[in-house]
Formats: sequence, C-alpha cells, structure tokens
Amino acid sequence: MTTTSDRPTASGSTPASSDKVSIRDRWNSLPRPQQWAWLIPVVVLIYALPLLNPPLLTTEPGTNFPLALFDAARFALIAIGLNVVVGQAGLLDLGYVGFFAIGSYVAALLTSPDSVLWHIPYLWTLPLAMVITMFFGLVLGGPTLRLRGDYLAIVTLGFGEIVRLLATIVGPLKGQVGFQGVGRPPGTAADGQPIFTTSNGTAWYWLCVTITIAVLFLVGNLERSRVGRAWIAIREDEDAAEIMGVATIRFKLWAFVIGAAIGGLSGALFAGQIGFVNNQKFDVPTSVLFLAAVVLGGSGNKVGVVLGAFVVSYLPNRFVELAAYKYLIFGVALIILMMFRPQGLLGARQRLLAYGRQAYLRLVGRPEQVSSDSSLRGEGEKPA
Amino acid sequence: MPVISTIVLAQGPDWIKFDIAAFVSQFWNNTIDGLAYGAIYALVAMGYTMVYGVLQLINFAHSEVFIVGAYAVFFTLAALGFGPSAPGLSLPALVGDLVLAMLVAMLAAGLMAVLLERVAYRPLRRRNAPRLAFLITAIGASFAIQYALFAWRGANPEPAVIMFRPQPVFDIGGVIIDSQQITIFVAAIILMIIVDQFVNRTRLGRGLRAVAQDPDTATLMGVNKERVIVLTFLIGGILAGAAALFYVMKVPAGVQFNGGFILGIKAFAAAVLGGIGNIRGALLGGLLLGVIGNYGATLFGNAQWIDVVAFVVLVAILMVRPTGILGESLGRARV
Repeated sequence: MTTTSDRPTASGSTPASSDKVSIRDRWNSLPRPQQWAWLIPVVVLIYALPLLNPPLLTTEPGTNFPLALFDAARFALIAIGLNVVVGQAGLLDLGYVGFFAIGSYVAALLTSPDSVLWHIPYLWTLPLAMVITMFFGLVLGGPTLRLRGDYLAIVTLGFGEIVRLLATIVGPLKGQVGFQGVGRPPGTAADGQPIFTTSNGTAWYWLCVTITIAVLFLVGNLERSRVGRAWIAIREDEDAAEIMGVATIRFKLWAFVIGAAIGGLSGALFAGQIGFVNNQKFDVPTSVLFLAAVVLGGSGNKVGVVLGAFVVSYLPNRFVELAAYKYLIFGVALIILMMFRPQGLLGARQRLLAYGRQAYLRLVGRPEQVSSDSSLRGEGEKPA
Repeated sequence: MPVISTIVLAQGPDWIKFDIAAFVSQFWNNTIDGLAYGAIYALVAMGYTMVYGVLQLINFAHSEVFIVGAYAVFFTLAALGFGPSAPGLSLPALVGDLVLAMLVAMLAAGLMAVLLERVAYRPLRRRNAPRLAFLITAIGASFAIQYALFAWRGANPEPAVIMFRPQPVFDIGGVIIDSQQITIFVAAIILMIIVDQFVNRTRLGRGLRAVAQDPDTATLMGVNKERVIVLTFLIGGILAGAAALFYVMKVPAGVQFNGGFILGIKAFAAAVLGGIGNIRGALLGGLLLGVIGNYGATLFGNAQWIDVVAFVVLVAILMVRPTGILGESLGRARV
C-alpha cells in the first residue's frame, strides 16, 4: 500500500462520502497549533485523573486507583514500544517481556541493597536500562532478522522465557527471593516523607505519563522520518522495499532495538514503583498481554495502542473477578480480532506526510481522504 | 566491595558453574537418556514441521495440542486405576492399557489440532490474511487453550501417574539402558518411520508433498488442498498425542496447563535444527537436541539449563545454517 491515498473510498470504519468529513479527517486537517489547543486540556485531564478519582471510572475498592493508573501508563509505554516493532515494522515480537525484565533487573541490580554490584542513583538506571536492552536487542535481532519473520516470533518467544529462567537459575539474580528496596527518584514532600513510594501511585503515574508523552514525541517524529517510511515500506512488502533500495535488515534492526529500549525503560520504571524485583512477573503470558494491547488497540496507530493498553490493564483492575481469566479472555480476543477486525479498534491510517498533506489541501481544496490499512488486513479486503 | 568482574558470567563460581567431572562421568547415561527425551521432542517437532512444510505457518498452538493429549493420557490412566505407585500388572495387561491411553490421546490431540485448523486458521486462509495475522491468531489460540485448561483444572499439576518402574535391561560397562528408555525410543522411531513412509509412498502422502511444493499447481492437478491441510494437522496432532504418552511416562507429574509451552519451544528448536519442513530432519533434530540438552544440564548442574541450551542451539543454528542440518523441504522428499 502506498501512503498516497487519494482513492475515493476508505474501508469499513470511516464513512467516506465527500460531503461528510469524519472527525478524524477534520482533526488531521487542523493546523498544528489548533491541534495543540485541543490537546492541552486533554493532557491536563490525564494528569489530573488520580486526584479526581471519578466515580464510574475508579477501580476502588478493588484496586487503588492511582496504582491502577500507573499500571495503565506503564502498559501504554510498553505498547508504544512494542508498536514500533509490531505495528510500524511488522515484526512479531513475542518476547517483549524479556526486555522489560532486563530493564527491571538493571534497576534492581544497581540500586537494591540486596545486590552485590556497585550502586548508582535510581534515575541513572533508566537510560542505562535502555542502553543495555538495546544491546540485547542487537544480539537477538542480529541473527534472526535476516530470516523470515516467523523465526523472529519463535526466537523472541524463547528469549522471553529464557530471561525468566536465567533469573531463576543464575545464583546472584536471586530467583524468587528477588531484590528488595529497589531505588526510587529523590525528593521529599513538605512533611519530610519521600514523594515516590510503593504505595503512592500518583507520583509514579505522573512520572510515567511524562516519560510516555516524551517517548510518543520521539516515536512520532521517527515515524515521520526516513526511518518511519522505511518501516512502513518493509511492513507492507519487504521484497519490494529491498528492491527499491531500503536497507531492510538495518531498518528492521533499528525498529527492534528501539522497541527493546522502550521495553527496558518501562521495566526500570516498573521495578522502581514496585520496589521489589523477582522472577515471577516476567512470564511469557505477560508478553502476550502486551501484544494483545497493541493488536487490540490497532497496531501501527499510536493513539490506538495507548487505548488498547488502557483496556488491557484497566479491565482486570476494574473488574477484579475477571482478573483470573484475563489471559483466556485476551487470547480469545486475539483470535476473534484477527478474523473480524484485524486492524484493531483504531486501525493504522495511511496518511500523506506533513508536506504532502498541505499540498493536497491546496490542490484539491479539501483534506485528504484517509484509508485504513494495516499490515494485518487481508489482501482480499484492501480497497481495489 | 564486590569486584566488577563478577558481571562476566563465566567468571566466579557464583554466577555460572561448570561441572566438567559430572559431565564426563555421566556422559553415556546422558546420551542414552537424551535419546529418549529427544524421541519425544522429535514426535512433537513433526507437528511443527509438517504444518510449516504445507502452510509456511508456525503453529504456536501445537504445544497445546500436545498438552491436551497429555491430559487425555492422564484421565485415561487414572480411570484405569493407575496412580502414584506402579501397578503390578502383567505385561500384556500393561501394554494393553498403555496402547489404549495412547489411542485416546491421539484421538484427543488429533481432534484438537483439526478443530484448531477449522476454527482459527481456515477463516484467515479464506480471507487471504497476511502472515502476521496467522501468527497472532496462533499465539492467541495457544493462550486461549492454555488458560481454558487453567480455568478448568487450576494451576497445580495433576497427580502423578506411574505406568511402570524402569527396569535395567542392558548394562554396558556401567552404562544402564532401562526398559522405559527403550520403550520410548523404539516406539517413537516406529511411529516416525510409519509417517515417513506414509508421506513418501502413499497417494495421500503424494498429495501432501504436492501441496507443500506448490499449492496452486497441486490444486489445478486435482489435489484437494483443504483436505490435505486437515490431514496435515491431523497427523501432527496424532503424533503429539503419542508424544504425550511418552512424556507422561518420563515425567509422571508433568501434566499441567502450561506444561506444553516449553516443550513446544524445544520441539520447534528441534525442527529448525534438523531443517524445518523436513520429516527426517525433525527426527535428527529432536534426538540431537535431547542429547545436547542433557549434556548442558549436567555441565551447568541444573535441569532447567536444558531449556536454555535448547534456545541457544536454536539461535546458533539460525545464525550458522538457517535451513537446518538436512535442509528444509517437505515438497522435495523422495518419491
């Protein structure tokens, strides 16, 4: 699929008659400053959520609401990272939890008093976790990204499990005993109590949302760059991209490594909030939950995956009686989605890039029509 | 103060230890036992390899097909009165019971595989869905089955069912080969020879190879592609059911909702090692992996290293020779 989508019809979800412009198209045709004017109140609302604790949305009494929100923000960060790999570049990474685990262990090993290594301030472990997971991404992706995508899926699946196994059987990683007292960011409130504590989700939520927004910016800019175009080309047709001169292996490796870094970052954040790291939270079902967040929301669509992350993390917290069945529910959801709505709740949009959009508006006199394609839509379904 | 060098995994007894003495002293016992494990891997690997050969799809849910078979073995044997201690049955009665359990497991796993194909994969094939959609469906199906079993039977493993106590049969200079190892190895090899001959010599097998080689041309030549695909899943499921019996024989308390998962990865690694899509490759890869895994476990002094070693073998083979030892092809099997 090309990114220039001047064909008359869009698929199912968007009503595409020319006189009735959808909300999304109207949004896309707004100039950036106006988009910002709308976005800022939304962002403020997102920040204010743990203080508002709105009655219907709240997860209490089952789960502490700020902690549930932190969980959602963490999932959103993970989903954005995994979306780079799955949604943008079309590579199936089933061991994302492995990078998440490595990030957590980096934070734990370098800040916990239980660790035999030297210690550094917690905030330094965030970039360090990214660097180390990038290295692991390189080591894992190097040999496998040369091959067909299926191999990557199974190798990453194995990788996720092996990281957990190594945490269990390598002595100093302390298995189930784990590391207590993982570090936290500095700072005390007026009453002398530390701001960042395990039981207080609000501060962690704000930190995580801030980082998530920053990452969204970076990833968004990356998407609109040469790298992003290369990813889309690879996702849509790897052979064609290769022939057109895209260095496919290099760009796939980039996607994989960037995704890994974001996974490591979220792992380090998670370790800090929980304050305790052992081998129990990094099993492959968690990895599939991450994947469910991306696919459910709409792989390739940043807003979609954030929504998907919210659904996947919020529902088990809100309806606690469902929590035991979450893997079953989301497993079935993946099968059903692939059959009936492979593009997810909000599908990826093939849009003109910034300059092309302005040019289109000027020449045609109305905003571009957006088609809804993603790597998950069947050949037979793409608009002819 | 800790020294920085402890990060380097190979240094310091703390991180990873090498037990070379144990490795040498148990070398032959490990080899024999590894062949028995490897035969189980090989049977499961057949399911991966055949589906891959025909559809170019990694059927992640195959490990759950296998574990459904293991549950069938457990329930059959429990109903026949097997329990945590070996029953004092006569040999014909024991063989009869085990064959019955194997048939039930083959039936259950075979049906599960066919059902999976019908419910999850066929609708996608109809829609000509891209590969990523197949993979996501496969992983979704794998988890749906796993956690349906979890919802039904809970997290704990089922109680052990012991079929018979292994008796030493051969003793070659201190290396003991027991009846269990012989049973598993011989039975698995016989099953794999049957499948190999079926694929290479019968009419249906020819159809299967034709579809693996070129689905469109095969369809034009009158091969019923859908039926071939169902047949492929069925054979894979049947072999997984047989593997389930041997697995329960070897690991009596291993019937657990997620018990198939790691075994599935190892079986897939075996398939890739031998050359995915290649039936004889699956056998070779399975046996090799079983033996290598056992060596690794002894060398590093912990049984869980088997899984790590299998994974490292998988990545290494992908780096060095991605088509596996015997090369990948079901279509090019000899007539």
